[in-house]
Amino acid sequence: MAAAIESGLKRAHFKDVRLPVLLLLPQLAILLFFFFIPSFRALGQAFFLSDPFGNTVHFVGFDNFAQLLQSDTYHESVQVTVVFTILQNLLTIAVALVLAFASDRVIRGRGIYKAIILLPYAIAPVIAGILWAFLFNPAVGPLAQVLHALGLAWDPNRVGSDAMILVILAASWKHVCYDYIFLLAGLLAVPSSLMEAAAVDGAGPLRRFFTIGLPLLMPTMFFLAVMNFVYGFFEIFAIVDAVTQGGPAGATNVLVFKVYVDGFINLDLGSSAAQSVILMIFALLMTLLQFRYVERRVSYDV
Amino acid sequence: MVERAPVLDGICHAILLVGVAFVCVPLYLAFVAGSLTIAEVQQVPLPWLPGDQFVQNLRTAWTQANFGRLFFNSFIVAAGITVGKIAVSLLSAFAITYFRFRFRMTAFWLIFVSLMLPIEVRISPTYESVANAALPLQWVVEALHLSSAWNAITGHTIDIQLQWNMVDTYPGLILPLIASASATFLFRQFFLTVPDELCEASRLDGASPMQFFWSILLPLSRSNIAALAIILFLYGWNQYLWPLLFTTDKDMATAVIGLKHLIPRADSQPAWNVAMSAALLTMLPPIVVVVALQRSFVKGLVDSSK
Repeated sequence: MAAAIESGLKRAHFKDVRLPVLLLLPQLAILLFFFFIPSFRALGQAFFLSDPFGNTVHFVGFDNFAQLLQSDTYHESVQVTVVFTILQNLLTIAVALVLAFASDRVIRGRGIYKAIILLPYAIAPVIAGILWAFLFNPAVGPLAQVLHALGLAWDPNRVGSDAMILVILAASWKHVCYDYIFLLAGLLAVPSSLMEAAAVDGAGPLRRFFTIGLPLLMPTMFFLAVMNFVYGFFEIFAIVDAVTQGGPAGATNVLVFKVYVDGFINLDLGSSAAQSVILMIFALLMTLLQFRYVERRVSYDV
Repeated sequence: MVERAPVLDGICHAILLVGVAFVCVPLYLAFVAGSLTIAEVQQVPLPWLPGDQFVQNLRTAWTQANFGRLFFNSFIVAAGITVGKIAVSLLSAFAITYFRFRFRMTAFWLIFVSLMLPIEVRISPTYESVANAALPLQWVVEALHLSSAWNAITGHTIDIQLQWNMVDTYPGLILPLIASASATFLFRQFFLTVPDELCEASRLDGASPMQFFWSILLPLSRSNIAALAIILFLYGWNQYLWPLLFTTDKDMATAVIGLKHLIPRADSQPAWNVAMSAALLTMLPPIVVVVALQRSFVKGLVDSSK
């Protein structure tokens, strides 16, 4: 019975035929209705032009894509998204790395530090956005007052770069804890024999971190960078919608917000669908990258 | 570690305290703002100590945003996503790891593919599908020309219009968010580490597959289920884009959406005190869950994103 081992199948298994089909049915039905059909519809819509009421529809081939690629607002949106995700990525990973290093060093109070630093994970992105919008509100926000006292003319409602800084801060505040917990787990998993051997050879704590800890963390950092890109591309929607509405003058009009505005407010379904398809391709690439990392650290054939 | 490095340890504590302040200062200032009157919250500079209006502001927010109803909705949606996703995932993971049948790998790949596209990239077609979940059946009817066939046979003209509208319903809010397979993969990986002897022994004892599932596999998975449940509850409670699109009826919105309507806009009264107290209130349930179940939470976080 256990002669041929199929991948992902237990050696001890059942041969019933009807039962597994019944077991799979709920998930496959939900996926069909709410995943496969919508995804194929998005692909379809991207090649059609329809009026806002859906009365007339005609095939336009790649026109929707061609128009997107020529549109200035789309180029700006791509730029804004790229700048945002890169800065957000650098900021969260750098802060998380410093905090993880410090948490790995200290023994007393580590649990409490960890518990507090993890708190923002529980907080919705939109709430993080609202908190920071208040703190930096030019009229009443306490942090904006500090900036004004320093002589800076801070106003995210009018200045594009200020709005971008605000969104990056809110997004990073919410997301540092995620990178932190993975990096800390990675550091704690470094074999202590390695660290001790280096210590005996006279390497100080910082040197050990840079020559042993950091290289061993590289796969984790790669994984986190991918996850941060996904977060930056998709989950940023709530913060942008609540705080800046894409403004001022498109300075925070990230791609996922543009899909929403074009599709649900301007009712330009073809263009919105074409944008969705481009985002789908991006999400696909990111997931494949993620699995490369997973493949390396998880062995499936147990 | 091996050596004593008091200076470095001091620096590390300082770094962590800065990190703690980075998390706590915004929360503290929100609490201060939430406890002031509307005149006080507009003062420059903002007072450093909380006022005495916190309960009053909470009460205002609670009635203004209809939070009684919205919190109830959020609990239903978060619990529905948690229970629903764990249930369907456990069953399908059991099917693909413990049964040999035709199309096993096809089912596996169908589920696998769904990991790749987050709901944010397919919002508008998903909206259409859920606004009328009978749409696919309608296409079948049209493709087969059923109504003209009916016309030819009986002479009556009928238009077959299928409607199954899920806008403003709990299933409409919950089901599209269950439609991804991350939990299936978590359970699959866990099942693959369960010793084969357990299954062999239960078969020798004459247990049916479902008996094996209930009395052996499920109890073994308890800690994985708990860890995942926390993550999914937070995910459900904090959802924003889908409920925003999908609820036209104010009574069907979730707490997070209700909160959005309390944010002061340029042309309205800057009631940041009410908005901040409401923000603290809305983040309370997930924070309680995380603080109470810290250990499982960390495990769930690290496991579920594999």
